[in-house]
Amino acid sequence: MLDNLQLLFVYAPVMNVQMILDGIFVGAVFALSAYGLALVWGVMNVKNLAQGDFVILGGYVAFSLYKMGVHPVLSIPIVAVVMFMFGWLVYISIIRRVIDNDMFVSLLATFGLSLLLQQVMNLIYGPEVQTIDSHFPIATMFDDFVTIPMVKVVSLILAAAFAATVVIFMKKSRMGQAIRATAQDARAARVLGINTDNVFAFTFSLNASICGVAGVLVSMIWVLQPFYGIVYSLRTFAIVTAAGLGNLPAVIGMSFALGWVEQYAGIIAGAEWQVAAAVFMLLGVLMWRQIQLRRQRQVVR
Amino acid sequence: MAANSIAAPAAGGTVMTKNQTLLYLAIAVSGVLGPILFPNYIQQMAVLWVMVLMASTWDITGGQMGYNSLGNITFFGVGMYVSAVIQVSMFYDIGLYTASYGAIKPEFTDEQYFTGLAMGILAAGVVCVVLARLLGTVVFGLRGPYFAIGTLGVAIAAGQIAGTIDTIGGGAGISMPFLPLDIQYRSIFFYIICFSLAILSHFTIRWMFSTQFGLAANAIRDDEDKAEAMGIPTMKYKQFGWGVAAFYMGCIGAVFGNMVGYIEPIEVAFPAPTFGIFMVAMALLGGKGTLWGPVLGAVLFHVVKETTWTYLLGWQWVALGLILIVNIVYFQQGIMGWLQTKYPEKFGIVVDQSTTQAKEEA
Repeated sequence: MLDNLQLLFVYAPVMNVQMILDGIFVGAVFALSAYGLALVWGVMNVKNLAQGDFVILGGYVAFSLYKMGVHPVLSIPIVAVVMFMFGWLVYISIIRRVIDNDMFVSLLATFGLSLLLQQVMNLIYGPEVQTIDSHFPIATMFDDFVTIPMVKVVSLILAAAFAATVVIFMKKSRMGQAIRATAQDARAARVLGINTDNVFAFTFSLNASICGVAGVLVSMIWVLQPFYGIVYSLRTFAIVTAAGLGNLPAVIGMSFALGWVEQYAGIIAGAEWQVAAAVFMLLGVLMWRQIQLRRQRQVVR
Repeated sequence: MAANSIAAPAAGGTVMTKNQTLLYLAIAVSGVLGPILFPNYIQQMAVLWVMVLMASTWDITGGQMGYNSLGNITFFGVGMYVSAVIQVSMFYDIGLYTASYGAIKPEFTDEQYFTGLAMGILAAGVVCVVLARLLGTVVFGLRGPYFAIGTLGVAIAAGQIAGTIDTIGGGAGISMPFLPLDIQYRSIFFYIICFSLAILSHFTIRWMFSTQFGLAANAIRDDEDKAEAMGIPTMKYKQFGWGVAAFYMGCIGAVFGNMVGYIEPIEVAFPAPTFGIFMVAMALLGGKGTLWGPVLGAVLFHVVKETTWTYLLGWQWVALGLILIVNIVYFQQGIMGWLQTKYPEKFGIVVDQSTTQAKEEA
């Protein structure tokens, strides 16, 4: 552990550049799925524990298209549409019935969904780790100390472009306005003639579609495995809990922060701590909030 | 919803009715006759009692108090590890034992083994109570989904931490000392412990909810702030409830570790995505917030699970996910909850006709 710290800060400080860049590349993917969760949580008060499985599912859809000869970058719009329809289906069959119930119900129902998706993907694609080779060159900097696979740069640009599209859509379009209105006050929105059921369905499908795109990026820069979903779910929950709902800059900031924390935890404490880092960050944030709230609460002791 | 106009039942009074005595008798008889009649399924029946215990203890905070924990499995794993460490280190160097990955099997004498086991189970329970007290101060400040996610985080973090400590075997795990009995008595021995622990926990919960605790717990579930305002020390009640759950989870974890014979952090000790969720699903299936709901749910769930495992191999998890979804989406109040709304008079619930009529007319 100390050796690794020395390596980072004394012998090869240039490695930090690599870590920060990698953190940004992975953080961009986290940001997408975290934004989707913040949307669904904020608008319809559904905590989607299947978020990570949507990501992986999107990746596998792109993987199937890749097998048919579609380049992953080109498959993004197709995956977005497919996942949108999938999200609508899930909304009609499951989410619509848990929306009005207490919050724990949505958590458990989506957990069941997560279990189901994992296993179905496992049966279709098998438990092997899969990846998509998108044939982009690899650039290097600082005498080969820092390597930058172009595919990661491309994925960062794609993520930014897609996020920008979604944000503009939310700001400008009629549906985006309706979603924001419903998030503020669903009842008032209903009174003013917005079909909130439609808005909910659309929001959930949009979330699935955002996750799907994140999944395509994952399949390009990382690996796919049917059971990796839960890790992405935990990460998105950590990010959204830390950043708060409806605070887009904070969500993006926290995503990059988590990306960096994971990179550094991985190199300093060992690879097995990379996953644990997200969990500890989540716990840390919850504890911090708890200490803050304690000052305000008046409790009988 | 109709359930709101129903006064909460006094869950399990101290006075036993004739029907209840019969029910307990039936359970005792089936618990004793089960392993005699079906000797091939003793292991599964022992697991059934483990699940009954898990679901019932989850219901103390989950169903009755409204604190839906997804992390009770933490105590299961901690209990398992504590008992393993105690059992081995009382008579042997634990570091050497785990470093050999089960290659060296030190001979424990009968006396050593059984004192170790008893001490291990007890210590597991006590350590888990202390842990629950410490964790409780942090997590019970969280409400609603944050509590659920926070406790889930605790469970997963515990698994990760256990995997990095080399003294207790790290990611490779520990193989437990071997029970010095003949192979055919092995499963029956653990069956008896599991059965007695489940029964013990059931009566503890029954007793708890016949005291003031039950009323306070339900008050916390219905409206914590109002309960607080009425002068109920909510934090104490929450801590107590979770402590009891932790004690039994720790004990059963210790027994389960010995029964399986091999401890590993992610799959066996801290299986948050499987057992951690199963116990919630079982409580919901049977009807949360009732004494018998979790028991009924656990039995049904276990039977369904074992059946799908046997006849739908490969699709068992898919079936389980489907059951979970269908259960939660279409059948939230569970079997006992459904029965209570259907036949309230059978449960000693008095329905205030005037309020229900007012609601129906509105």
